[in-house]
Amino acid sequence: MAKRRLRIMVAKPGLDGHDRGARVLARCFRDAGYETIYTGCHQTPEEIAAAAIQEDIDCVGLSCMSGAHRYLFPACIEKVKELGGNDIQFIGGGIIPTGDFQLLYDAGIKGIFTPGTTLPDIITWVEENIIPNIRD
Amino acid sequence: METTKKVREGDVRAVSRLIRNLEDRIPGTKDTIKHIFPHTGKAHVIGFTGSPGAGKSTLIDCLVAELRKREKTVGVLLVDPSSPFTGGAILGDRIRMQRHATDPGVFVRSLATRGALGGLSKAVGDAIHVLDAMGKDYVIVETVGTGQQEVDIINHAHTVVVVLVPGMGDEIQAIKAGILEIADIFVINKADRDGAGKLYRELMYMLNMADEFVGAWRPPVIMAEKLFEADSFGKAVANIQETIDKHYQNLIDQNLLGDRIRRKAILELNEALQSAILEPVLSKLVESGEMNQMADKLIQKKTDPYTLAEEVAGKYVQE
Repeated sequence: MAKRRLRIMVAKPGLDGHDRGARVLARCFRDAGYETIYTGCHQTPEEIAAAAIQEDIDCVGLSCMSGAHRYLFPACIEKVKELGGNDIQFIGGGIIPTGDFQLLYDAGIKGIFTPGTTLPDIITWVEENIIPNIRD
Repeated sequence: METTKKVREGDVRAVSRLIRNLEDRIPGTKDTIKHIFPHTGKAHVIGFTGSPGAGKSTLIDCLVAELRKREKTVGVLLVDPSSPFTGGAILGDRIRMQRHATDPGVFVRSLATRGALGGLSKAVGDAIHVLDAMGKDYVIVETVGTGQQEVDIINHAHTVVVVLVPGMGDEIQAIKAGILEIADIFVINKADRDGAGKLYRELMYMLNMADEFVGAWRPPVIMAEKLFEADSFGKAVANIQETIDKHYQNLIDQNLLGDRIRRKAILELNEALQSAILEPVLSKLVESGEMNQMADKLIQKKTDPYTLAEEVAGKYVQE
């Protein structure tokens, strides 16, 4: 079966209002041919999770520039799983120290993209690592 | 049928995945729709159309809140354009109504037009059925607001709300586009801006010139302004919600509901017939190379498209 068109969400949990990066990513995903849901700033993990389920998202991209990723990213993943989204994949980006990467990988984040990563590199990575859900 | 049961129970994941299967035209999805179909027909379907930026999503967000106050459940389908170059899309309407995300009585789903209007029309039409079967009292569909889809909405919705904003240049232009004919309700949004009064008068003049209105329903014009003032905007939204209900009641009272339902039934039948009859023939022609051979003949002016089409019809379509 041909690969289905990816549905990807760009989400900003918490109080961080710096959304330029998220919007650049959203455009980048659109240009890569993905259907991108952008839920805006100041979302709670519950809101992000509810949206991810309603929108049948394959991959949630979490963005945080304010240092709250250690709490918020795992919280989002947990909420999505609570709602039954066990096959939804996660990537993260923003201002994230390399020392925090392992904690995030352990929580379920598949890929982390920090400042300096090129957009083509992100898309290449997504193409290779994120598969559209094909569950019934 | 497992999926049908889940839809009727309101299983959000099952519903969202079903809509995706409709969009991706996964074989077998039609069978699910066949099972769901008998359970549809209860929801009041409302279409919201109007220029991009008119404020449709924001109005829908407030309308959903209003309906929830009255303990009604709502399904919302938000349509945004796909890039004609990459096929991707930014589905950004949902951002205006995220406050309802964790409300189990509200289901919001974004869809991309995916280029081929025919393709999406089918997905939106069936997606409405799915939300209807899910048990939602109201299904709100927000269209992109330009082009063919704007007309399609009148075949799917019981009530069409057209959202206009003042100061969009020539008010007459907006009216020439045929919006007058499809609107059951006009909303002049951002009515605190210059030109609101002028737009209102233009609409009134056009409505006054009509000989008669279907079902004696003259589309009301509702002004909505000052988004952040509950006294003003909140009242306008409550007015819109009551008017929507009045319109539905009018359809019932005037025995017009049947007409709207029939219109949708015929549209769906046409689309299903196209899918069942035309598409297989076109695929066959492409696969066998006949399509290219016919194109060659056309280029060499050996024949014309109508003759070729008649030959194909004669060959592939039996009485």
